[in-house]
Amino acid sequence: MNFWRAIVLAALVATAPAPLAGEIPPDARRSGYSFMGPDTRAMQDDDTSSPGMLFVLDGETLWTKKAGSADKACADCHGDARSSMKGVAARYPAFDKALARPVTLDQRINLCRANHQQAAPLPYESRDILALSAFVAHQSRGVAITAGDDPQLKPFIEQGRNLFMQREGQLNLACTNCHDDNFEKRLAGSPITQAQPTGYPLYRLEWQTLGSLERRLRSCMTGVRAQAYDYGAPELVALELYLMARARGMPMETPAVRP
Amino acid sequence: MAALINVPAKAKRGDIIEIRTLTSHIMETGFRHTMDGALVPRDIITSFTCRYNGAEIFRADLFPAIAANPYLSFFTVAKESGKFEFEWIGDNGYSSTASASITVE
Repeated sequence: MNFWRAIVLAALVATAPAPLAGEIPPDARRSGYSFMGPDTRAMQDDDTSSPGMLFVLDGETLWTKKAGSADKACADCHGDARSSMKGVAARYPAFDKALARPVTLDQRINLCRANHQQAAPLPYESRDILALSAFVAHQSRGVAITAGDDPQLKPFIEQGRNLFMQREGQLNLACTNCHDDNFEKRLAGSPITQAQPTGYPLYRLEWQTLGSLERRLRSCMTGVRAQAYDYGAPELVALELYLMARARGMPMETPAVRP
Repeated sequence: MAALINVPAKAKRGDIIEIRTLTSHIMETGFRHTMDGALVPRDIITSFTCRYNGAEIFRADLFPAIAANPYLSFFTVAKESGKFEFEWIGDNGYSSTASASITVE
């Protein structure tokens, strides 16, 4: 009897799916902030020395500036961003019913421009789109991330997770190989972080400007010598959604500063 | 352009106070090339001045090796209530100003 039970147990263990590369338990998650040196932390902590705040100021101006043939400003519909935009960025990328897929905050801003302001879309990574999304996301600073809670997003989170686990490029590395398995080690002298997207759009000292999560993802892809997806590609949005869902509950830091 | 200024709102007469300034600027070095090989022309801030009630108390020359969005911090003695005026001057006729007030007791 015991013999058969042992065989059944062994068979069960053998057929169970191999655990995917060590995903980080919720209480072991750390923001990129905790990997930074004291100088860079001080820069982020003081709003008058954080260059990201310059973009937030620009975004505040754009918020009340009329645009497009509808001659409407963001504020004409959304009012005071301090109350209307609080917590919004924490749940992006969010599901868009009309498009039947998730959209990022930048894409939402451009959808708003197209549908309500009748204005031309702002190009990805242009100063204005970064300033507006930084201003909107800044209203959620300190708010816990809730992205991915919508059940309609489930297949897209799964797609993003698969992409995160998928080896790619000439170096044949998946995101998970560094960011789940080897965080806290170093890559060419720089700390490898957990890839928790808590502070986007963020000011990267290497870029000397603010940049989106998509820019960060694309530079990682170029780093493993893979062909990076285009800005706004469904794969990038899915990855962004997976990362935000993976950081669920962590507080937003926008605009963060990173080396 | 946007600027962030940090001057203490209040100070005691004779106190040494720190002034921190951060301004928006791309600080294009003039040494970079585009993908087509064309030189990106230099576009930097070349000079910064701070006046305290009209009198110049700090001046700095800036050069191409200085990072984008230059941050400058310096100290002065709080002598009297009044106004600090900041001015950034740069290439292509760039000029930007900001100001901050202080109450000295």
